Amino acid sequence: MTLRPRTFVEKAIERASGKTGLVPGDIVDVTPDVYMSHTASWRCIRTFEKLEGAKILHPERVAMVMDHIAPARTSVIAAYHRLCRGFAKEQGIENFFDVNAGICHLVLMENGLVRPGEIIIGTDSHSTIYGALGALGTGVGFSEITAAWVTGVIWMRVPPSIKINLTGKLRPGVFVKDIMLKIIGDLTADGATYCAIEFDGELTADLSISERMTLCNLAMEMGAKNAYVRPDKKTFDYLSEAGVDFPEEDALFPDEGAEYMRIVDVEVSDLEPQVSCPPLVDNVKSISDIAGTPIDQVFIGSCANGKYDDLVIAAGYLKGKKVADGVRLLITPGSREVMKKVADNGVLSTLIEAGALITNPGCGACAGDGGAMDDGEVTLSTANRNFSGRMGSYKSDIYLASPATAAVSAIAGVITNPEGESK
Amino acid sequence: MSKYVFEGKSWKVGDFIPTDQIIKSRRVYQSIDKAAKYVFEDINPRFGQEVQKGDILVAGKHFGQSSGRAVAVKALIATGVSCIVAESFSRTFYRNAFEIGLPILEVSGVHDAVEEGDRISVDVLGGVFCNERTGEKLEGKPIDPFLIEMIEAGGVIAMAPKLVGRTT
Repeated sequence: MTLRPRTFVEKAIERASGKTGLVPGDIVDVTPDVYMSHTASWRCIRTFEKLEGAKILHPERVAMVMDHIAPARTSVIAAYHRLCRGFAKEQGIENFFDVNAGICHLVLMENGLVRPGEIIIGTDSHSTIYGALGALGTGVGFSEITAAWVTGVIWMRVPPSIKINLTGKLRPGVFVKDIMLKIIGDLTADGATYCAIEFDGELTADLSISERMTLCNLAMEMGAKNAYVRPDKKTFDYLSEAGVDFPEEDALFPDEGAEYMRIVDVEVSDLEPQVSCPPLVDNVKSISDIAGTPIDQVFIGSCANGKYDDLVIAAGYLKGKKVADGVRLLITPGSREVMKKVADNGVLSTLIEAGALITNPGCGACAGDGGAMDDGEVTLSTANRNFSGRMGSYKSDIYLASPATAAVSAIAGVITNPEGESK
Repeated sequence: MSKYVFEGKSWKVGDFIPTDQIIKSRRVYQSIDKAAKYVFEDINPRFGQEVQKGDILVAGKHFGQSSGRAVAVKALIATGVSCIVAESFSRTFYRNAFEIGLPILEVSGVHDAVEEGDRISVDVLGGVFCNERTGEKLEGKPIDPFLIEMIEAGGVIAMAPKLVGRTT
């Protein structure tokens, strides 16, 4: 019997469930390869403690990262961090990353814990980002992580897949963030609910791993279960740099002729920078419609755009310039590794000289940890969410854009198109 | 079938409500009963103060989007609402609801069929919604038998011992 052609997600779920012939809508138990929990790990632990006689089946599959509120701002948080630290030690969880490590997703990938074809569940909705390395990453609740500790399994519904073909060449000043904002605006915030997304097309193949992370991270903002980019030489090079000797034949690729519920072709050559306007991520406008809007704060960071090359791009525009009077520019490197790289090569000095406030690596202002706004204030952010009240007052506004748009806007004090700006 | 049939006073929220607006991240580091007072604090401050045990929440499209924080479901349960009926739910909210044990039902057209305060009834397993004031009945989206098994077991943690060894 020949198998019908399958999408990536169908193959990954079949492999992790030991079943074949699955179709979208089927619900099966799968064995995830990594269970990631962030600062919410304390909730997983509290739940675990209620299960009498329970033990962690595979401590080597557990990863904990203290990233959302780090370092502790209050004694309550300090107690939660301490609980997690102690629990990791006592349970033999080696992949425990403390408050100095950075954002969970970047930390996991930098440490070689995400591999092609694997299933990674995380207590963070942006776990879709692991698709940048050809893995199936998806967000779950903390009870599910606890259940996975104890049972080694989690239920999954086989999702239908949407294929997004990216073609063309981006104009200078236009970035992958702009592509994704455009797609989110077109497909809407629930346009991919419970669906898998496969990114394909010549442009996707040209993108760096960091750019693929931005793609897959933001797929969540359309409600997607997971996102995927086909692994290639760049993927395997990234893995070996992370210390992983990955046998290429273990990667999973969609079959020719697999069924997609929708195929979306996106030609980017004429795309201009995009801005997601308050109060919803899919309220996306071209920059020419929104340029000139005054801002009080700029945030460059997050798992969408707090990576090394994001800071390098921002520094390119900020070099020798000053942040506008009265504008706060907050920059939060995504991880300790990112921080070290920008410190080593002088990018950090460029950012500081321009007037940026550099915070410790982690989620920072994106998770409401610092950078709060008063009523009526406006932030331009490189993060992935702009719901009212996410950064302080419910009556403040958040606009989302690329690191380039963020940098030139910080200099001008108003939302500004980076195209044609010197760098 | 009398289990998971609810009748009560309705509260309404709109489309695309993120978990951040169900319960703010800064409110979650306290007891869940205290946090419950702050549910929807920005979009409807009356809710946390006036909601009664047994009330039913009616929501629009893609309810509970954004962050997958399961504490949003816990906080809603702590407010006393018996169930939620919405046009649709986000993926993570949908999972969390079943895993923690909050009955929910997707019903197309429900948002327009209710004015806040109407008495409504919801048969979650039977997939039937009824507005007691207007008499309008709507059909809900059927729930997968596996999820019914989970909610009847009391959620994923209660079910965990049963799952051990189901797959290697």
